[in-house]
Amino acid sequence: MKAATDGAVERLKARAAEEGLLDVAYATVDSPFGPLLLARTRKGLVRVGLPNQDRDELLIDLAARVSPRVLESPAELEEARRELDLYFDGKLDSFGLPLDWRLSGGFRQRVLRAINRIPYGQTRSYTEMARRAGNERAVRAAGTACGSNPIPLVVPCHRVLRSGGALGGYGGGLPMKRALLSLEGVLDEGPDR
Amino acid sequence: MTALPPFQTVLDDHSGAVMAILRGAVGRQGAEDCFQETFLAALRAYPKLEDDRNLRGWLLTIAHRKAIDHHRLAGREPVPMADPAELAAVDGMPEPDEGLWAAVDALPPKQRAAVALRYGSDLPHGEIAAALACSPEAARRSLHEGLKRLRRELG
Repeated sequence: MKAATDGAVERLKARAAEEGLLDVAYATVDSPFGPLLLARTRKGLVRVGLPNQDRDELLIDLAARVSPRVLESPAELEEARRELDLYFDGKLDSFGLPLDWRLSGGFRQRVLRAINRIPYGQTRSYTEMARRAGNERAVRAAGTACGSNPIPLVVPCHRVLRSGGALGGYGGGLPMKRALLSLEGVLDEGPDR
Repeated sequence: MTALPPFQTVLDDHSGAVMAILRGAVGRQGAEDCFQETFLAALRAYPKLEDDRNLRGWLLTIAHRKAIDHHRLAGREPVPMADPAELAAVDGMPEPDEGLWAAVDALPPKQRAAVALRYGSDLPHGEIAAALACSPEAARRSLHEGLKRLRRELG
């Protein structure tokens, strides 16, 4: 009985996707830092949940802010999983995934789009991100935008440091930020900005 | 209004009950199709659902409608029965009896739904009323009329 229901649920998800009823698809994938939650809309990747973030809370938040039609559907996140695996193996320096920016608006979104253009293995300061987003004096707001990044890792907020070169903060914890920067070969030479 | 939970939660919590009810109502063959139709209809309507306090009753109401559609489409009576052993394995499902289920199926839709929700899904009266979108008194009346008719027919 349970097996029959599971099979029916799988077919239901495929049909829901075909009929445009799957607004948010999500999957949990492994990473060197622990499980990541990946979520996408028809437009693109909308949310990456880091291992220290509560999965159920993230899903409830997606249901409230994007659409309650949220279904677990690993097939829909296969490309994102593959790219992240390559990134963690040091074999990918630029993600090709389409992104859905809808969870950030206004100045925050401009900051995050600027962050998305920081090349692999380089770092920038919060001040510079504020300037690129159009308001050089809004350094604190730029920091908040980094902290609220809904698509960490792929939108590389770990590449943003304090002006003196101090690490600043990271939603996934500072050890993870440090590990990502050394994966990209930045930290060994010491942040130079 | 509180926000609706992610639909995955609804599936996790209620897909087993919906499948069990559908197997009872249309048999193993039809249940898979009705299951798909039930949840696709639910997904379509879900974002506009105003009251999420009785998601199971809401889903079972849709499932009953799909089961009725299935019978209409198939144009056959009485209801094909699920494998009794399988039904007995589901918590709270009564031992199926071919004559009884056929009689339940022959009831007018409201009475049929009330009886099935009360004895098939073990819903309390208040939830049956919510599922049928009627007052508790009306739900109790439908249930009462349905049971009276069943007693009469089954003697």
